[in-house]
Amino acid sequence: MSRYLMIDFGSTFTKLTAIDTETEDIIATANHFTTVATDITIGYQNALKALYQKIGEEITFDKIIGCSSAAGGLKMAAIGLVEELTVEAAKRVCLGAGAKVELAFSHHLTNRNVQQILDKQIDIVLLSGGTDGGNSECVLYNMRMLGERGIKLPVIYAGNKDCQDEILEIASQYEMNVYVCENVMPKLNVLNIPSAREKIREIFLKNIIEAKGIKKIETAIDKVILPTPESVLRAAELLSKGYMHESGLGEIVLVDIGGATTDMYSMCSASAKRSDVVVKGLEEPYAKRTVEGDLGMRYSALGVLESLTVEERKLIDLDEGVDLVKELTYRHENVDTIPSNDHERKIDRIMGQICVDKAMERHVGRMEEMYTPMGMLYNQYGKDLSKIRYVIGTGGVLVRNDNPYEILKKVEYTFKKPLELRPTNPRYLLDADYILASMGLLSEIDPLLALKIMKKHLKPIGGGNNEPQQAPQTTFTPPVANKCGCC
Amino acid sequence: MKTIVTGVIGADVHAVGNKIIEYVLKNEGYNVVNIGVLSSQEDFINAAIETNADMILVSSLYGQGEIDCRGLREKCVEAGIGNIPLFVGGNIVIGKQNFDEVRVRFKNMGYDEVYAPGTPIEKTLPDIKKYLGE
Repeated sequence: MSRYLMIDFGSTFTKLTAIDTETEDIIATANHFTTVATDITIGYQNALKALYQKIGEEITFDKIIGCSSAAGGLKMAAIGLVEELTVEAAKRVCLGAGAKVELAFSHHLTNRNVQQILDKQIDIVLLSGGTDGGNSECVLYNMRMLGERGIKLPVIYAGNKDCQDEILEIASQYEMNVYVCENVMPKLNVLNIPSAREKIREIFLKNIIEAKGIKKIETAIDKVILPTPESVLRAAELLSKGYMHESGLGEIVLVDIGGATTDMYSMCSASAKRSDVVVKGLEEPYAKRTVEGDLGMRYSALGVLESLTVEERKLIDLDEGVDLVKELTYRHENVDTIPSNDHERKIDRIMGQICVDKAMERHVGRMEEMYTPMGMLYNQYGKDLSKIRYVIGTGGVLVRNDNPYEILKKVEYTFKKPLELRPTNPRYLLDADYILASMGLLSEIDPLLALKIMKKHLKPIGGGNNEPQQAPQTTFTPPVANKCGCC
Repeated sequence: MKTIVTGVIGADVHAVGNKIIEYVLKNEGYNVVNIGVLSSQEDFINAAIETNADMILVSSLYGQGEIDCRGLREKCVEAGIGNIPLFVGGNIVIGKQNFDEVRVRFKNMGYDEVYAPGTPIEKTLPDIKKYLGE
């Protein structure tokens, strides 16, 4: 029998989950404000005290590991060549590694771009561009640009393999901190995530958490092993795919509504799920994460406001009888607001709904109509989520609200957006005990146990009553031979 | 190794000739980046930039090539690869037209070589080698 303690050092809360391997269950959970600005161990010790109180005794743990998104998380700049190709690939690698993409640049860097990297206090730069054997002029130019402007941040080079040596030469010339890994797009439209993602994680653990004062905690615990979003991503992937004989839930979507960001994860294959579309664009990963830095319940409350058109805002004000501008500005200025009455819960519900709707709009794949001599054809860009079976929600607003179902249901919202491939009639589950990040950590030690606990603790909150509906099928007329100019 | 980007432009789904072109050019020792059917002008250009391609070879089989091919050279110029050789072939116009006139029309659009219906890819190899300086 073993006992494990999993810790998520979040931007606001330090969350502890104690696990017993014999009962295959959670012993207790506890949390406290994160105290990374002063000393991260204080918040941890206080949370630990609260945990011991819940358990009723001080117990010892065989293993204590943590993940962190404290002190601003992991901020990255993604640099590539063509916007739709290597820039997009680089962005996806950063997001998949649990980072926030603060900046993305295509083609040649300018002085202004490099200044932005410094101003935004980027933690790691991911430099890509060119397929293997492809363009090398651009990455070499950009590398020199970073060197000349004295960038000493960790730079991960994940571009055209052919110029790795020249990249290292430039690095030593300017005494830069450069790490070389595999190309994020080795061939056209082929995405290669693992190598660069591992490198990001390695640098995060070696340099970033040290610089942010998180490393200090390793005197009290065994190790910080992941950025929090990557931990959640691993939990979601495990929950979707299953482990050995324990089956998973199949294709799922996970929404995490936080104070500063809304993260959207989808676990499903990227292939076309209907016969009348052609999939276009860069290959999509099975486990895809997007993060919306402008959508959040408190720090980003104004971003939520700005994401709405004036018409949408007026509609909500009218339907709900609220004043969104006033309410959201108040929450932005008072980030520690915790709803205490029905009206405040209603505002949080509305905000949550907007976050979910907008984050899904940016995450989900869409169809594009193409008028051709053979009639209408459809191109599919991004992932088709219409056959998703479960949508899982996590984050304070969902846990604290009396109607999390109404918030989550916005993933299906297709008003005026018929070409978006959103989930249709999935089942909804709630991470009521806040365990997903911890389960991602646990999956590094004991995936089977993590999977069993997740399946036990995620609470069904509705949806999926009918048999999954067929997405509205568009009529597809096969090309008629005598209309075609070749025959 | 020289890199050639090839694909079928516009709303055209004719895949067989496209595969044959890829096969023959690969056997000739080229790095062939085949972007397949239903490819937009932007797809050709993006592929050529990322792979540092030496040539773009455009196919069109369904008769609407004149609409689909127009403007590609201008976009190449805009994207910084204005000098890349552009070849086009297939059934690139509607119906049976005098091909000498068609050729002039496409050359005016900025295509370096224009091939008549039914030209096998093998016949174009000398031109390809010439433009690639081989």
